[in-house]
Amino acid sequence: MVDFNGWDMPVEYPASIGCGIINEHMAVRTGVGIFDVSHMGDIRLAGPQALSAVQHISMNDAAKLAVGQAQYSALLYPQGTFVDDVIVHRLGEDEYLLVINAGTREKDFNWVRDNTRQFDCAVENLSDDFTQIAIQGPKGVNTLQKLTDADLGAVKFYWVTRGTVCGLKNILIARTGYTAEDGFEIYVPADETTSARVWNEILSAGKEFGIVPCGLGSRNTLRLEGKLPLYGHEISDTINVWEAGLDRFCKMEKPEFVGRTALEKAKDEGVKRTLVGLEMVERGIARDGYKVLDESGREIGYVTSGSPAPFLKKNIALAYVPPQFAAIGTAVKIEIRGQGVGAQVVPTPFYKRPKKAA
Amino acid sequence: MAYPTDRKYTKEHEWIKVVGQEAVVGITDHAQESLGDIVFVELPKVGADLTAGSTFGTVESVKAVSDLYTPVSGTVTETNGDLATSPEKVNKDPHGSWMLKMKLKNPGELGDLLSAEAYEQFVAEEGGH
Repeated sequence: MVDFNGWDMPVEYPASIGCGIINEHMAVRTGVGIFDVSHMGDIRLAGPQALSAVQHISMNDAAKLAVGQAQYSALLYPQGTFVDDVIVHRLGEDEYLLVINAGTREKDFNWVRDNTRQFDCAVENLSDDFTQIAIQGPKGVNTLQKLTDADLGAVKFYWVTRGTVCGLKNILIARTGYTAEDGFEIYVPADETTSARVWNEILSAGKEFGIVPCGLGSRNTLRLEGKLPLYGHEISDTINVWEAGLDRFCKMEKPEFVGRTALEKAKDEGVKRTLVGLEMVERGIARDGYKVLDESGREIGYVTSGSPAPFLKKNIALAYVPPQFAAIGTAVKIEIRGQGVGAQVVPTPFYKRPKKAA
Repeated sequence: MAYPTDRKYTKEHEWIKVVGQEAVVGITDHAQESLGDIVFVELPKVGADLTAGSTFGTVESVKAVSDLYTPVSGTVTETNGDLATSPEKVNKDPHGSWMLKMKLKNPGELGDLLSAEAYEQFVAEEGGH
Protein backbone atom coordinates (compact mmCIF):
# COMPACT_ATOMS: atom_id res chain seq x y z
CA MET A 1 0.00 0.00 0.00
CA VAL A 2 1.12 3.54 -0.66
CA ASP A 3 -0.10 6.88 0.58
CA PHE A 4 -1.77 8.55 -2.39
CA ASN A 5 -2.84 12.05 -1.41
CA GLY A 6 -3.91 10.77 1.98
CA TRP A 7 -5.54 7.60 0.62
CA ASP A 8 -4.07 4.24 1.47
CA MET A 9 -4.03 2.57 -1.92
CA PRO A 10 -2.47 -0.52 -3.50
CA VAL A 11 0.01 0.00 -6.35
CA GLU A 12 -0.81 -3.53 -7.41
CA TYR A 13 -2.63 -6.55 -6.01
CA PRO A 14 -0.59 -9.64 -5.07
CA ALA A 15 0.92 -11.98 -7.64
CA SER A 16 -0.48 -14.84 -5.52
CA ILE A 17 -4.01 -13.97 -6.72
CA GLY A 18 -2.97 -13.55 -10.36
CA CYS A 19 -2.34 -9.82 -10.16
CA GLY A 20 0.71 -7.57 -10.55
CA ILE A 21 0.81 -4.56 -12.87
CA ILE A 22 1.28 -6.50 -16.12
CA ASN A 23 -1.53 -9.01 -15.45
CA GLU A 24 -3.87 -6.25 -14.27
CA HIS A 25 -3.07 -4.15 -17.33
CA MET A 26 -3.61 -7.06 -19.72
CA ALA A 27 -6.90 -8.02 -18.04
CA VAL A 28 -8.27 -4.55 -18.77
CA ARG A 29 -7.08 -4.61 -22.39
CA THR A 30 -8.43 -8.08 -23.12
CA GLY A 31 -11.09 -8.85 -20.50
CA VAL A 32 -12.07 -6.87 -17.45
CA GLY A 33 -10.53 -5.32 -14.33
CA ILE A 34 -11.96 -3.34 -11.43
CA PHE A 35 -10.51 -0.35 -9.65
CA ASP A 36 -11.50 1.28 -6.38
CA VAL A 37 -11.35 4.93 -7.44
CA SER A 38 -13.12 6.38 -4.43
CA HIS A 39 -10.27 8.86 -4.06
CA MET A 40 -11.75 10.80 -6.97
CA GLY A 41 -13.74 13.83 -5.84
CA ASP A 42 -17.25 14.85 -6.83
CA ILE A 43 -18.71 18.34 -6.97
CA ARG A 44 -22.40 18.91 -7.71
CA LEU A 45 -23.67 22.17 -9.17
CA ALA A 46 -27.44 22.61 -9.25
CA GLY A 47 -29.78 25.53 -9.73
CA PRO A 48 -31.25 27.82 -12.39
CA GLN A 49 -27.81 29.12 -13.41
CA ALA A 50 -25.88 25.86 -13.10
CA LEU A 51 -25.06 25.82 -16.81
CA SER A 52 -23.76 29.40 -16.74
CA ALA A 53 -21.61 28.51 -13.73
CA VAL A 54 -20.16 25.42 -15.41
CA GLN A 55 -19.54 27.38 -18.62
CA HIS A 56 -17.69 30.06 -16.67
CA ILE A 57 -15.34 27.66 -14.85
CA SER A 58 -14.63 25.03 -17.51
CA MET A 59 -13.01 25.16 -20.94
CA ASN A 60 -15.21 22.71 -22.86
CA ASP A 61 -18.71 23.66 -24.01
CA ALA A 62 -21.19 22.27 -21.49
CA ALA A 63 -24.08 23.77 -23.46
CA LYS A 64 -23.61 20.92 -25.92
CA LEU A 65 -24.40 18.31 -23.26
CA ALA A 66 -27.77 16.60 -23.34
CA VAL A 67 -29.16 15.37 -20.02
CA GLY A 68 -27.28 12.13 -19.36
CA GLN A 69 -24.21 13.10 -21.33
CA ALA A 70 -20.66 13.70 -20.09
CA GLN A 71 -17.56 15.45 -21.45
CA TYR A 72 -13.86 15.74 -20.70
CA SER A 73 -12.97 19.28 -19.68
CA ALA A 74 -10.69 21.30 -17.42
CA LEU A 75 -10.81 24.05 -14.84
CA LEU A 76 -8.28 26.77 -15.64
CA TYR A 77 -6.53 29.58 -13.82
CA PRO A 78 -6.81 33.07 -15.33
CA GLN A 79 -3.36 32.50 -16.91
CA GLY A 80 -4.69 29.53 -18.93
CA THR A 81 -2.95 26.84 -16.85
CA PHE A 82 -4.66 23.95 -15.07
CA VAL A 83 -6.48 23.88 -11.76
CA ASP A 84 -7.43 20.31 -12.70
CA ASP A 85 -8.91 18.24 -15.49
CA VAL A 86 -12.48 17.04 -14.92
CA ILE A 87 -15.32 15.04 -16.34
CA VAL A 88 -18.48 17.13 -16.48
CA HIS A 89 -21.68 15.06 -16.30
CA ARG A 90 -25.06 16.65 -16.98
CA LEU A 91 -27.34 14.76 -14.62
CA GLY A 92 -30.50 16.84 -14.99
CA GLU A 93 -31.93 19.92 -16.65
CA ASP A 94 -30.03 22.20 -14.21
CA GLU A 95 -27.75 19.73 -12.49
CA TYR A 96 -24.08 18.96 -13.20
CA LEU A 97 -21.55 16.67 -11.55
CA LEU A 98 -17.82 17.39 -11.85
CA VAL A 99 -15.53 14.43 -11.18
CA ILE A 100 -12.12 15.66 -10.08
CA ASN A 101 -8.74 14.31 -8.95
CA ALA A 102 -7.84 13.15 -5.44
CA GLY A 103 -4.79 15.35 -5.00
CA THR A 104 -6.70 18.49 -5.89
CA ARG A 105 -10.03 17.85 -4.13
CA GLU A 106 -9.95 20.65 -1.57
CA LYS A 107 -8.30 23.09 -3.96
CA ASP A 108 -10.82 22.29 -6.69
CA PHE A 109 -13.85 22.58 -4.45
CA ASN A 110 -12.73 25.92 -3.01
CA TRP A 111 -11.90 27.16 -6.48
CA VAL A 112 -15.28 26.10 -7.90
CA ARG A 113 -17.15 27.63 -4.97
CA ASP A 114 -15.20 30.92 -5.11
CA ASN A 115 -15.61 31.27 -8.86
CA THR A 116 -19.34 30.54 -9.03
CA ARG A 117 -20.58 32.88 -6.29
CA GLN A 118 -22.17 35.24 -8.82
CA PHE A 119 -24.46 32.49 -10.15
CA ASP A 120 -27.78 31.26 -8.79
CA CYS A 121 -26.50 27.76 -8.25
CA ALA A 122 -25.69 25.57 -5.24
CA VAL A 123 -22.22 24.00 -5.07
CA GLU A 124 -21.86 20.86 -2.99
CA ASN A 125 -18.85 18.71 -2.26
CA LEU A 126 -20.11 15.11 -2.51
CA SER A 127 -16.65 13.56 -2.48
CA ASP A 128 -17.16 11.59 0.71
CA ASP A 129 -20.65 10.39 -0.21
CA PHE A 130 -19.61 7.90 -2.88
CA THR A 131 -17.51 4.82 -3.33
CA GLN A 132 -16.52 5.04 -6.98
CA ILE A 133 -15.77 1.73 -8.66
CA ALA A 134 -14.45 1.50 -12.21
CA ILE A 135 -15.21 -1.66 -14.20
CA GLN A 136 -12.94 -1.42 -17.21
CA GLY A 137 -12.24 -3.51 -20.29
CA PRO A 138 -14.09 -5.02 -23.25
CA LYS A 139 -15.88 -7.43 -20.88
CA GLY A 140 -16.83 -4.66 -18.44
CA VAL A 141 -20.27 -4.33 -20.01
CA ASN A 142 -20.92 -8.08 -19.72
CA THR A 143 -19.78 -8.10 -16.10
CA LEU A 144 -21.85 -5.15 -14.92
CA GLN A 145 -24.91 -6.15 -16.92
CA LYS A 146 -25.24 -9.24 -14.72
CA LEU A 147 -25.72 -6.96 -11.70
CA THR A 148 -28.05 -4.26 -12.99
CA ASP A 149 -31.47 -3.77 -14.57
CA ALA A 150 -30.19 -0.79 -16.59
CA ASP A 151 -29.78 -1.52 -20.30
CA LEU A 152 -26.04 -0.92 -20.57
CA GLY A 153 -26.00 -1.59 -24.30
CA ALA A 154 -28.04 1.59 -24.73
CA VAL A 155 -25.50 3.71 -22.84
CA LYS A 156 -22.97 5.21 -25.24
CA PHE A 157 -19.39 6.10 -24.33
CA TYR A 158 -19.39 9.24 -22.18
CA TRP A 159 -23.08 8.94 -21.30
CA VAL A 160 -24.62 8.13 -17.93
CA THR A 161 -27.71 6.35 -16.72
CA ARG A 162 -29.27 5.33 -13.42
CA GLY A 163 -30.36 1.89 -12.37
CA THR A 164 -30.46 -0.72 -9.65
CA VAL A 165 -27.00 -2.21 -9.09
CA CYS A 166 -26.49 -5.13 -6.70
CA GLY A 167 -29.94 -4.37 -5.29
CA LEU A 168 -29.11 -0.71 -4.64
CA LYS A 169 -31.65 1.60 -6.29
CA ASN A 170 -30.95 4.67 -8.42
CA ILE A 171 -27.20 4.17 -8.77
CA LEU A 172 -25.34 6.49 -11.13
CA ILE A 173 -23.68 4.45 -13.90
CA ALA A 174 -21.33 6.29 -16.27
CA ARG A 175 -19.67 4.80 -19.34
CA THR A 176 -16.37 6.52 -18.59
CA GLY A 177 -12.90 5.59 -17.37
CA TYR A 178 -9.21 6.35 -17.31
CA THR A 179 -7.86 3.30 -19.10
CA ALA A 180 -8.33 4.11 -22.83
CA GLU A 181 -10.69 1.11 -22.86
CA ASP A 182 -14.44 0.68 -22.80
CA GLY A 183 -15.84 0.54 -19.29
CA PHE A 184 -18.09 1.92 -16.59
CA GLU A 185 -17.75 3.88 -13.39
CA ILE A 186 -20.44 3.42 -10.75
CA TYR A 187 -21.12 5.62 -7.72
CA VAL A 188 -22.40 3.65 -4.74
CA PRO A 189 -23.07 4.82 -1.16
CA ALA A 190 -19.76 5.16 0.67
CA ASP A 191 -20.49 3.00 3.73
CA GLU A 192 -17.94 0.24 4.06
CA THR A 193 -20.31 -2.73 4.20
CA THR A 194 -22.17 -1.73 1.06
CA SER A 195 -18.97 -0.86 -0.78
CA ALA A 196 -17.33 -4.17 0.09
CA ARG A 197 -20.43 -6.12 -0.91
CA VAL A 198 -20.65 -4.41 -4.33
CA TRP A 199 -16.90 -4.89 -4.90
CA ASN A 200 -17.17 -8.62 -4.15
CA GLU A 201 -20.28 -9.08 -6.27
CA ILE A 202 -18.53 -7.49 -9.24
CA LEU A 203 -15.54 -9.78 -8.73
CA SER A 204 -17.86 -12.82 -8.72
CA ALA A 205 -19.80 -11.60 -11.76
CA GLY A 206 -16.58 -11.03 -13.70
CA LYS A 207 -15.01 -14.36 -12.80
CA GLU A 208 -16.03 -15.98 -16.09
CA PHE A 209 -14.27 -13.14 -17.92
CA GLY A 210 -11.06 -13.40 -15.87
CA ILE A 211 -11.65 -10.28 -13.81
CA VAL A 212 -8.86 -9.05 -11.54
CA PRO A 213 -8.69 -6.17 -9.05
CA CYS A 214 -6.36 -3.43 -10.32
CA GLY A 215 -4.23 -0.91 -8.44
CA LEU A 216 -2.67 2.47 -9.09
CA GLY A 217 0.22 0.98 -11.08
CA SER A 218 -1.87 -0.45 -13.90
CA ARG A 219 -4.17 2.58 -13.77
CA ASN A 220 -1.07 4.61 -14.63
CA THR A 221 0.26 2.34 -17.39
CA LEU A 222 -3.21 2.04 -18.96
CA ARG A 223 -3.79 5.78 -19.03
CA LEU A 224 -0.26 6.37 -20.34
CA GLU A 225 -0.78 4.04 -23.33
CA GLY A 226 -3.90 6.07 -24.11
CA LYS A 227 -2.11 9.43 -23.54
CA LEU A 228 -4.64 10.47 -20.92
CA PRO A 229 -3.11 13.33 -18.92
CA LEU A 230 -2.24 13.03 -15.23
CA TYR A 231 -2.34 16.14 -13.05
CA GLY A 232 1.14 17.13 -11.87
CA HIS A 233 2.67 15.41 -14.91
CA GLU A 234 1.24 16.34 -18.32
CA ILE A 235 -0.90 19.14 -16.89
CA SER A 236 -0.29 21.48 -13.94
CA ASP A 237 -0.59 25.06 -12.78
CA THR A 238 2.43 26.00 -14.91
CA ILE A 239 1.39 24.24 -18.15
CA ASN A 240 -1.21 25.75 -20.47
CA VAL A 241 -3.84 24.13 -22.67
CA TRP A 242 -1.96 24.62 -25.94
CA GLU A 243 1.26 23.13 -24.58
CA ALA A 244 -0.65 20.10 -23.30
CA GLY A 245 -2.25 19.63 -26.73
CA LEU A 246 -5.79 19.60 -25.31
CA ASP A 247 -7.05 22.06 -27.94
CA ARG A 248 -10.01 19.97 -28.95
CA PHE A 249 -11.51 20.13 -25.46
CA CYS A 250 -11.06 23.91 -25.24
CA LYS A 251 -13.84 25.80 -26.97
CA MET A 252 -12.53 29.25 -27.81
CA GLU A 253 -15.83 30.00 -29.55
CA LYS A 254 -17.33 30.26 -26.06
CA PRO A 255 -17.40 34.04 -25.41
CA GLU A 256 -16.09 33.75 -21.87
CA PHE A 257 -14.53 31.35 -19.37
CA VAL A 258 -11.77 31.66 -16.80
CA GLY A 259 -8.45 31.49 -18.63
CA ARG A 260 -9.82 32.39 -22.05
CA THR A 261 -8.16 35.82 -22.38
CA ALA A 262 -4.74 34.45 -21.48
CA LEU A 263 -5.18 31.52 -23.86
CA GLU A 264 -6.02 33.84 -26.73
CA LYS A 265 -2.81 35.75 -26.13
CA ALA A 266 -0.82 32.53 -25.69
CA LYS A 267 -2.18 31.19 -28.97
CA ASP A 268 -0.98 34.30 -30.84
CA GLU A 269 2.44 34.04 -29.25
CA GLY A 270 2.82 30.34 -30.04
CA VAL A 271 4.08 27.62 -27.69
CA LYS A 272 7.68 27.21 -26.52
CA ARG A 273 7.18 23.55 -25.66
CA THR A 274 4.74 20.87 -26.64
CA LEU A 275 3.78 17.42 -25.36
CA VAL A 276 5.05 14.56 -27.52
CA GLY A 277 4.98 10.78 -27.38
CA LEU A 278 8.33 9.00 -27.32
CA GLU A 279 9.34 5.42 -27.84
CA MET A 280 12.72 4.10 -26.76
CA VAL A 281 14.69 2.75 -29.71
CA GLU A 282 17.69 1.75 -27.62
CA ARG A 283 17.65 -0.39 -24.50
CA GLY A 284 16.37 1.60 -21.54
CA ILE A 285 13.24 2.87 -19.81
CA ALA A 286 12.38 6.57 -19.64
CA ARG A 287 10.93 7.58 -16.28
CA ASP A 288 9.09 10.61 -14.93
CA GLY A 289 11.44 13.58 -14.66
CA TYR A 290 14.26 12.23 -16.84
CA LYS A 291 15.90 14.77 -19.18
CA VAL A 292 15.29 14.75 -22.92
CA LEU A 293 18.41 15.57 -24.95
CA ASP A 294 18.89 16.36 -28.63
CA GLU A 295 21.23 14.19 -30.66
CA SER A 296 24.22 16.30 -29.67
CA GLY A 297 23.42 15.75 -25.98
CA ARG A 298 21.98 19.23 -25.26
CA GLU A 299 19.06 19.27 -22.80
CA ILE A 300 15.81 20.18 -24.60
CA GLY A 301 13.02 18.99 -22.32
CA TYR A 302 11.83 16.49 -19.77
CA VAL A 303 9.75 13.33 -19.42
CA THR A 304 6.37 13.86 -17.73
CA SER A 305 5.47 10.15 -17.58
CA GLY A 306 7.55 7.20 -18.70
CA SER A 307 7.13 3.46 -18.28
CA PRO A 308 7.19 0.09 -19.93
CA ALA A 309 3.87 -0.29 -21.79
CA PRO A 310 2.63 -3.79 -20.92
CA PHE A 311 0.19 -4.20 -23.81
CA LEU A 312 2.32 -2.54 -26.49
CA LYS A 313 5.48 -4.20 -25.13
CA LYS A 314 7.51 -1.06 -25.73
CA ASN A 315 9.10 1.50 -23.45
CA ILE A 316 7.13 4.70 -23.93
CA ALA A 317 7.04 8.21 -22.52
CA LEU A 318 5.34 11.56 -22.74
CA ALA A 319 7.64 14.58 -22.71
CA TYR A 320 7.72 18.33 -23.17
CA VAL A 321 10.10 19.46 -25.92
CA PRO A 322 10.38 22.59 -28.09
CA PRO A 323 8.06 22.43 -31.14
CA GLN A 324 10.98 21.98 -33.57
CA PHE A 325 11.52 18.52 -32.02
CA ALA A 326 7.86 17.47 -32.21
CA ALA A 327 7.75 16.00 -35.72
CA ILE A 328 7.04 12.26 -35.86
CA GLY A 329 10.29 10.36 -36.30
CA THR A 330 12.52 13.00 -34.69
CA ALA A 331 15.45 11.30 -32.97
CA VAL A 332 16.16 12.36 -29.39
CA LYS A 333 17.90 10.88 -26.37
CA ILE A 334 16.73 10.25 -22.84
CA GLU A 335 19.29 10.71 -20.09
CA ILE A 336 19.25 7.49 -18.09
CA ARG A 337 21.79 7.22 -15.25
CA GLY A 338 24.06 9.70 -16.97
CA GLN A 339 23.89 8.12 -20.43
CA GLY A 340 21.97 9.38 -23.49
CA VAL A 341 19.74 6.53 -24.67
CA GLY A 342 18.08 6.73 -28.11
CA ALA A 343 14.36 7.42 -28.48
CA GLN A 344 12.12 8.85 -31.16
CA VAL A 345 8.95 10.89 -31.45
CA VAL A 346 5.97 8.67 -32.32
CA PRO A 347 2.27 9.30 -32.99
CA THR A 348 -0.09 9.40 -30.00
CA PRO A 349 -2.13 8.01 -28.45
CA PHE A 350 0.24 5.05 -28.28
CA TYR A 351 -2.79 2.77 -27.92
CA LYS A 352 -6.24 3.19 -29.38
CA ARG A 353 -8.90 0.63 -28.58
CA PRO A 354 -10.24 -1.29 -31.57
CA LYS A 355 -13.47 0.14 -32.94
CA LYS A 356 -16.38 -2.24 -32.53
CA ALA A 357 -17.91 -3.50 -35.73
CA ALA A 358 -21.33 -1.85 -36.17
CA MET B 1 9.23 -18.45 1.82
CA ALA B 2 12.20 -20.15 3.39
CA TYR B 3 15.50 -18.57 2.38
CA PRO B 4 18.17 -21.07 1.29
CA THR B 5 20.81 -21.56 3.95
CA ASP B 6 23.59 -22.26 1.42
CA ARG B 7 24.24 -18.51 0.97
CA LYS B 8 24.51 -15.11 2.67
CA TYR B 9 22.30 -12.04 2.35
CA THR B 10 22.60 -8.26 2.38
CA LYS B 11 20.25 -5.71 3.91
CA GLU B 12 19.85 -4.38 0.35
CA HIS B 13 18.26 -7.73 -0.56
CA GLU B 14 20.99 -9.44 -2.57
CA TRP B 15 22.08 -13.01 -1.98
CA ILE B 16 25.60 -14.38 -2.52
CA LYS B 17 26.57 -18.02 -2.71
CA VAL B 18 30.21 -19.07 -2.57
CA VAL B 19 31.38 -21.95 -4.74
CA GLY B 20 35.13 -22.45 -4.25
CA GLN B 21 36.99 -19.23 -5.13
CA GLU B 22 33.97 -17.84 -6.94
CA ALA B 23 30.69 -16.39 -5.74
CA VAL B 24 27.32 -16.10 -7.45
CA VAL B 25 25.09 -13.06 -6.81
CA GLY B 26 21.36 -12.48 -7.25
CA ILE B 27 18.43 -10.76 -5.56
CA THR B 28 16.10 -12.24 -2.98
CA ASP B 29 12.52 -13.38 -3.17
CA HIS B 30 11.56 -10.43 -0.99
CA ALA B 31 13.26 -8.05 -3.45
CA GLN B 32 11.46 -9.44 -6.50
CA GLU B 33 8.15 -9.41 -4.67
CA SER B 34 8.54 -5.76 -3.64
CA LEU B 35 9.59 -4.73 -7.13
CA GLY B 36 6.80 -6.55 -8.95
CA ASP B 37 7.08 -7.43 -12.65
CA ILE B 38 10.77 -7.13 -13.54
CA VAL B 39 11.34 -5.86 -17.08
CA PHE B 40 14.96 -4.75 -17.21
CA VAL B 41 18.27 -5.86 -15.70
CA GLU B 42 21.48 -3.95 -16.32
CA LEU B 43 24.70 -5.71 -15.30
CA PRO B 44 28.39 -4.74 -15.26
CA LYS B 45 30.97 -5.84 -17.81
CA VAL B 46 33.04 -8.94 -17.25
CA GLY B 47 36.32 -7.86 -15.68
CA ALA B 48 34.80 -5.00 -13.72
CA ASP B 49 36.26 -4.53 -10.23
CA LEU B 50 33.51 -4.12 -7.66
CA THR B 51 33.84 -2.86 -4.11
CA ALA B 52 31.59 -4.12 -1.33
CA GLY B 53 28.64 -1.76 -0.89
CA SER B 54 29.00 -0.09 -4.30
CA THR B 55 26.29 -0.43 -6.96
CA PHE B 56 26.93 -3.04 -9.65
CA GLY B 57 23.82 -2.60 -11.75
CA THR B 58 20.16 -1.75 -11.95
CA VAL B 59 16.96 -3.72 -11.91
CA GLU B 60 13.71 -2.16 -13.12
CA SER B 61 10.16 -3.34 -12.73
CA VAL B 62 7.18 -1.74 -14.42
CA LYS B 63 6.78 0.61 -11.48
CA ALA B 64 10.26 1.12 -10.02
CA VAL B 65 14.00 1.49 -10.58
CA SER B 66 16.30 -0.11 -8.03
CA ASP B 67 20.09 -0.20 -7.65
CA LEU B 68 21.91 -3.48 -7.15
CA TYR B 69 24.59 -3.51 -4.42
CA THR B 70 27.80 -5.51 -4.33
CA PRO B 71 27.79 -7.83 -1.30
CA VAL B 72 31.58 -8.32 -1.17
CA SER B 73 34.53 -6.96 -3.20
CA GLY B 74 35.72 -8.81 -6.26
CA THR B 75 36.10 -9.03 -10.02
CA VAL B 76 33.22 -9.97 -12.32
CA THR B 77 33.94 -13.21 -14.17
CA GLU B 78 30.57 -13.79 -15.84
CA THR B 79 27.13 -12.17 -16.09
CA ASN B 80 23.81 -13.87 -16.80
CA GLY B 81 23.07 -12.77 -20.36
CA ASP B 82 19.76 -14.61 -20.21
CA LEU B 83 18.32 -11.83 -18.07
CA ALA B 84 18.70 -9.26 -20.86
CA THR B 85 15.99 -11.02 -22.86
CA SER B 86 14.09 -12.76 -20.04
CA PRO B 87 14.25 -10.48 -16.98
CA GLU B 88 10.97 -11.99 -15.69
CA LYS B 89 12.97 -15.10 -14.71
CA VAL B 90 14.03 -13.14 -11.63
CA ASN B 91 10.38 -13.02 -10.53
CA LYS B 92 9.82 -16.70 -11.25
CA ASP B 93 12.96 -18.06 -9.61
CA PRO B 94 14.81 -15.34 -7.68
CA HIS B 95 17.16 -17.69 -5.86
CA GLY B 96 18.01 -19.60 -9.04
CA SER B 97 18.32 -16.62 -11.39
CA TRP B 98 21.84 -15.46 -10.69
CA MET B 99 23.00 -12.10 -12.01
CA LEU B 100 26.77 -12.32 -11.89
CA LYS B 101 29.69 -14.47 -10.86
CA MET B 102 32.71 -12.92 -9.23
CA LYS B 103 36.18 -13.80 -7.99
CA LEU B 104 36.40 -12.63 -4.40
CA LYS B 105 39.06 -10.17 -3.33
CA ASN B 106 38.59 -10.60 0.40
CA PRO B 107 36.46 -13.61 1.41
CA GLY B 108 36.59 -12.33 5.00
CA GLU B 109 33.96 -9.73 4.03
CA LEU B 110 31.41 -12.53 3.87
CA GLY B 111 31.41 -12.53 7.65
CA ASP B 112 29.72 -9.10 7.58
CA LEU B 113 26.65 -10.47 5.77
CA LEU B 114 23.43 -11.96 7.11
CA SER B 115 22.58 -15.63 7.48
CA ALA B 116 19.29 -16.88 6.00
CA GLU B 117 17.70 -16.77 9.41
CA ALA B 118 18.94 -13.26 10.19
CA TYR B 119 17.81 -12.02 6.78
CA GLU B 120 14.35 -13.50 7.20
CA GLN B 121 14.05 -11.72 10.53
CA PHE B 122 15.33 -8.49 8.98
CA VAL B 123 12.68 -8.69 6.24
CA ALA B 124 9.93 -9.43 8.76
CA GLU B 125 10.92 -6.38 10.81
CA GLU B 126 11.31 -4.17 7.76
CA GLY B 127 7.90 -5.21 6.48
CA GLY B 128 6.34 -4.15 9.74
CA HIS B 129 7.32 -0.51 9.24
